[in-house]
Amino acid sequence: MSEKNQILTDRQLLDMFYYMLLARRSDERMWLLNRSGKIPFVVSCQGQEAMQVASSFALAKGVDYTAPYYRDVGVVLTMGMTVKELFLQAFAKAEDPNSGGRQMPGHFGHRKLNMLSGSSPVTTQVPHAVGMALALKMKQQPAVSFVTLGEGSSNQGDFHEGLNFASVHDLPVIVMVENNQYAISCGIEQQVNCAKISDRALGYGIHGETVDGNDPVAVYTAVKAARERALNGEGPSLIEAVGYRLTPHSSDDNDLTYRTKEEVNAAKEKDGLIIFRQQLKKQGILTDELESGYESKIKALIDEATTYADEAPYADEQTLFDGVYHQ
Amino acid sequence: MTVMSYIEAINRAMKEEMRRDDDVFLLGEDVGKRGGVFRASEGLYEEFGEARVIDTPLAESAIVGVGIGASMYGMKPIAEIQFVDFILPAVNQIISEAAKMRYRSNNDWSCPITIRAPYGGGVHGALYHSQSLEALFASQPGLKIVMPSSPKDALGLLKAAIRDPDPVLYFEHKKAYRLLKEDIPDEEVLIEIGKANTVREGDDLTVITYGLCVEFSKKAAEKLATQGYEVELVDLRTVYPLDEQAIIEAAKKTGKVLLITEDNKEGSIISEVSAIIAEHCLFDLDAPIFRLAAPNVPAMPYAPPLEKAFMVSEDKVYEKMLEVAQY
Repeated sequence: MSEKNQILTDRQLLDMFYYMLLARRSDERMWLLNRSGKIPFVVSCQGQEAMQVASSFALAKGVDYTAPYYRDVGVVLTMGMTVKELFLQAFAKAEDPNSGGRQMPGHFGHRKLNMLSGSSPVTTQVPHAVGMALALKMKQQPAVSFVTLGEGSSNQGDFHEGLNFASVHDLPVIVMVENNQYAISCGIEQQVNCAKISDRALGYGIHGETVDGNDPVAVYTAVKAARERALNGEGPSLIEAVGYRLTPHSSDDNDLTYRTKEEVNAAKEKDGLIIFRQQLKKQGILTDELESGYESKIKALIDEATTYADEAPYADEQTLFDGVYHQ
Repeated sequence: MTVMSYIEAINRAMKEEMRRDDDVFLLGEDVGKRGGVFRASEGLYEEFGEARVIDTPLAESAIVGVGIGASMYGMKPIAEIQFVDFILPAVNQIISEAAKMRYRSNNDWSCPITIRAPYGGGVHGALYHSQSLEALFASQPGLKIVMPSSPKDALGLLKAAIRDPDPVLYFEHKKAYRLLKEDIPDEEVLIEIGKANTVREGDDLTVITYGLCVEFSKKAAEKLATQGYEVELVDLRTVYPLDEQAIIEAAKKTGKVLLITEDNKEGSIISEVSAIIAEHCLFDLDAPIFRLAAPNVPAMPYAPPLEKAFMVSEDKVYEKMLEVAQY
C-alpha cells in the first residue's frame, strides 16, 4: 500500500477515511431508526464504503456525472449530498432533493450534483450513463459519466446493451460493478459462471479489471486511470470492485436463511473501513485524536440530520399530481 | 405549398428541427448511411453527419435508454425503433424510466425524448411487422402518444413532439408513408399535442378514430354522404392522454358513436374512449357505442386473404357507418 500511497496525499487519505466512516455511521443510524419503527426501510452500504468513496474521489465533482445504485451511500455523500439530505430521503420528507419522498430510500438523484435519478428495476441506469457520456462527447465536454451496479445486475440485458453501445462509440463512461457476492440470497456462483465479472469486458472490446474493493487506494487508482482513458477518447472501462455485503439485503431480509454467521464474521475481518483505519494508523496518518474528532463530528451531524428529517413535514397531499408532465 | 407524402413530411420535420436546434439528434438502427429502412431519415446523415445521425448497435433497450441518458443532459434525441413490433425490449426503459423520470425525481430531472416507430398493417408485414402497440403505453401517465393521420399532421406533430419537454411516443403508419400525399404549407407547421381534430362535420353520426383509419373514414364518409348521412369525424391525433372534452362534445353532437381502431378490440385506445363517453354522455346517446377494430387474434397473418380479413378497411368502415347511421 505504501507504494500506491504516493498518488494520494495524507490529506486525501484522511478525507477518504472520513467519508467512509460517515457513510458507515449514517447507515448504522438508519438501521437503528428502522428497528425502532421510525423509518420503514433501509438498504445498506455496509461493507462497500471503501469502493464507493474511493471511486468517487477519482471523479471531478460538479463536472462528472454519476448514476449511483441503491447501496451507494458512500458515492452520494462523497459527491456532495449532505447528511441532512440523506436522512430526508430516509424519512421520505418533502424537502428530500432525491424525490421529495416519492421513492423508497436508496433511490438517489440530485440534479445540482450531476447525479442521475435511479429506479428499482436494476441496471436501467447503465444505458442512461452511456447516454450521458454520448451527450458529453457530442458537446465536447471534458467530463465522464460514472455508473455503478451489483454483480447480479451484470446479468441484465441493459448491462450488455449499454456497454456494447459505449464501446462501439468510444464513450467516456466508467462502469463499476460493486461485487458484494450476493444478489439478495443468491451467491455469485448462482449468478455467473465466469471467473471475474470484469472478464466480460473482453466481449465488448473494452478495458476491464478487477480490484480489491476493500482497498480504497486500489479502487481510486483504477477509477482514476479509467477516467484518464475516457477523457483521452479511449472509451469505456469496466471495473469490478470485489467486497462483501455485511448486512442483509435490506431491512426486510434475514440473511441467516442463506448464509452463516461464520461467513459474515470472516468477511468483517476484511472490512475495508477497518483495514484502512489500521493502515492509516500504522503509518501515523490517522491519530486517535483525529479519529475521535471525526467520530464526534459525524455523530453530531447525524444527530442533527435525524432530528431535522424526523421533524420535517411530508409532502402535502395536493402535490400528488405535480410533476407528471412539465407544468 | 408543396405536395408531400407522409414519410417526406416526417423527413422534413426532422430536418427542420435539426437545423433549428443543435441539441436534436437521431439514433437508431440503419438511420445513418442507409437513411432508414423506409428512408425516413434520407439525407440527414449527409447534412448533419454521423455525430448527429447515429447508426446504433441492434439493441432497442439501449436505443431508448441511451436516448434517455442524453436527454437528461439536455439533448433532444429522436430514437427510432425500426418497427413498433420491436419496441418490447425497450418497454422497461420507456415505462419504468422515461415515463416516471420527472415524477420520481419530483421535477428535478426530465426526459425530453421522442421515440419514433412505424406501426400498422396492410403491407404484407405479417405478425411482427404489422402491429399496433399504442394501447400498451396508453395507461402510463408521464408519456404522451401521438399518431398522425395525414402528411400535414405527421409534420406538425413530430415537430411538436421533438420540442416537447416530456417523452413522446410518435407512432407513424407505415402504409401511410407513400399512400398519403397532400399540399403542405412551406411555412412552419406545428400541431399542439393533446388536442383532437375535427376532420369533417356532420350531424348524423360521430366517428372517432386515429392514424390510417382516419383516411379510411374520410373516404367512407364521402360515400355515406351519398346515402344522405353526414359524419362528424374526429381524429384523436394524441391517443394519450386523450382529449376528453373533444370526445364528449363530438359524442353529444350526434348521439350516435362509432369508434375505430386498427388494433385488437379489447383493451384498446377506443375502449378508453368508449368509457369516457359512457361516463359523460349516457343521456345524449341514441344508440349503443359501436366499435370497429381488429379481431382478438394475436396479430395480423401474412397470407393475403387472412391479412385482408384482419385489417380495417374503407369498405368495413363504410358498412359499419351505415349500420350505425340506420340504427
